[in-house]
Amino acid sequence: MAEIKSQIGTQNKKGQTFTDAWKMMNEAPRSPSFYTGSEVIKEALRRASCDVMIAYPITPQSEAAALIGELFAEGYIGDYFRGESEFAVMSQCAGAAFGGARVFTTTAGPGTMRAMENFPMWAGARLPIQMIVTCRGINSPLSIQPDTIEISYLLNTGMLVWHAETAQDFFDWILKGFMVSEEPEVHLPLALCCDGFFVTHTKDVVNLTPADMCLPPYDPYRSPVPCMDMECPPVRMMRDPFIMKSNYISYATHASWQQEIWAAVERSRKHTIKWINGLIDTENTDAEVVIVASGTAVSQGREAIRLLEDEGMRCGLVKVKSLRPWPGEEIREATKNAKHIFVPEFNVTGWLAKEIKATIPNSERVHAGPHVCGGMTMPPEIIVSEIKTALGMRSESLAGRGS
Amino acid sequence: MTQYRVLPGPEHFLPPAAASMGIYLPNPGEAHINGVIVPEEKAYEEAARQFLMAQVPTIFPGPLVLWAWNEKAAKKAAAVRKLYEILKECAQPGQKPMLIPMPDYRPKYPKINPEVEINPNHPNLTIWHNKIDCCMFIGVHCHQANLSLKIIRGGTSCYTVAMCAQAGHEDAMLSFRDASVEKILKLGDWIRKLKGTVKPRLTSTKTSASN
Repeated sequence: MAEIKSQIGTQNKKGQTFTDAWKMMNEAPRSPSFYTGSEVIKEALRRASCDVMIAYPITPQSEAAALIGELFAEGYIGDYFRGESEFAVMSQCAGAAFGGARVFTTTAGPGTMRAMENFPMWAGARLPIQMIVTCRGINSPLSIQPDTIEISYLLNTGMLVWHAETAQDFFDWILKGFMVSEEPEVHLPLALCCDGFFVTHTKDVVNLTPADMCLPPYDPYRSPVPCMDMECPPVRMMRDPFIMKSNYISYATHASWQQEIWAAVERSRKHTIKWINGLIDTENTDAEVVIVASGTAVSQGREAIRLLEDEGMRCGLVKVKSLRPWPGEEIREATKNAKHIFVPEFNVTGWLAKEIKATIPNSERVHAGPHVCGGMTMPPEIIVSEIKTALGMRSESLAGRGS
Repeated sequence: MTQYRVLPGPEHFLPPAAASMGIYLPNPGEAHINGVIVPEEKAYEEAARQFLMAQVPTIFPGPLVLWAWNEKAAKKAAAVRKLYEILKECAQPGQKPMLIPMPDYRPKYPKINPEVEINPNHPNLTIWHNKIDCCMFIGVHCHQANLSLKIIRGGTSCYTVAMCAQAGHEDAMLSFRDASVEKILKLGDWIRKLKGTVKPRLTSTKTSASN
């Protein structure tokens, strides 16, 4: 069996050098490029030593799948094909990962929901597949505009779930995500989410690692379960479900199995902290008012804080980067001085606020909002307005603007 | 810092995964005992002590060392065999070292033969049948080892040791990481070194009652 370490410093068929991932991400020179989020996904995949990418051409929430097809044509992806539906794509991803491949796919909105059965299966089978979720609306009438409601459905699948704010996060986290999810004691799929359109379709300056460097290849021999063994769980569960045998032992095995998935999520904590520099970022958390957000709501929150500072009001910010593993301890610490915690979200239910309320003491401090959904933008002024209203301050109504 | 400790059971109808109780895996050069991170050297001593105290110290080799799928696996298998020979050599009257394989992970119904094998889906059957009070997993895929270790902790009083080739196991009472031929043989050296200094637990009522 070839040792992965021995491949570092050697070249792949495209002339890229397999590079120590830590050095590549943290020490290699970066070059600024002006790209859309979708183009950034392509550039990250160019450097990811990805074996298999499977695509479904859903309505154009993201061009990433098509752009990765170009990468395949250029020879950077081992194999690439189109599934007949999102469900089929996710099942095919499982097959490729069972066979020992590094696997990547993308989805969004209704596609995520259609494929949902596969995600707990991926986690249960300990398949470190990476799935980009460019979040959009899921309900009728359909929307291809950003809405993060689908993230809430992913939170209890056993997958790792990260929420990128910017295209730079996206580029870095795609590559770093493989490193975390492929650790043998983690070995779980990663849902790397972003707010569709805002991140995928807009251009931003992104600092890229050199294109002649790539991640070391995936080593399936470090997997915590055997590759593609038709006689043993997890594959055997699908053809001959021992879990359906009605006796205590099999129930105990299944229960223990589920616990092991969540134990693996916990184990990912230290690797996630190492690779993405903490589960959260914080600014001015000694302030009495703190905004806690994930995704592009962080950007809007940051702008709202600037507006409030112009009026002499100090406000802190917590950017939640990882949702699974959940940064409970970090959020408790970051909000311990806050009298008011505002959680702006791009979804109607406020799932992040609910998570935070369940995490911190004195949860009445949490103001779940403002919310927008269905593709609406979230002007920073409505965050300012929400804060001022909650604090009993006078706030201008935005609804009348332009009249 | 968690107050939870990974101790011999029987712990609970469904014991928690130790990782979910705040137990962390050791870094390279470290091990854990009962969930507390210790220098690896200390773990050799404690593992050797547990083996020498046990009435039925047992090694459970898994598929990764049972099958000669690469040169390293074959060498590890020879080292495991050597460790077993050392256990027998150091055993005192009344002690019964065993070597019971976990050849695969197939669910076997109605049940396995606990005299000849252990299975991750019901490892407690082998522990109970053979009255095993200290065991070591080696060469078992990590996911399957964790299932087994937790079920054993839940329903038996057996002391569990993991000699893991990857990052270790929180669900064992004692875990090494990055297992190698050298580490397996070093454990054997420690067993020889402590021979005669540790009194076997030959009449443990706890073991026979709850095993």
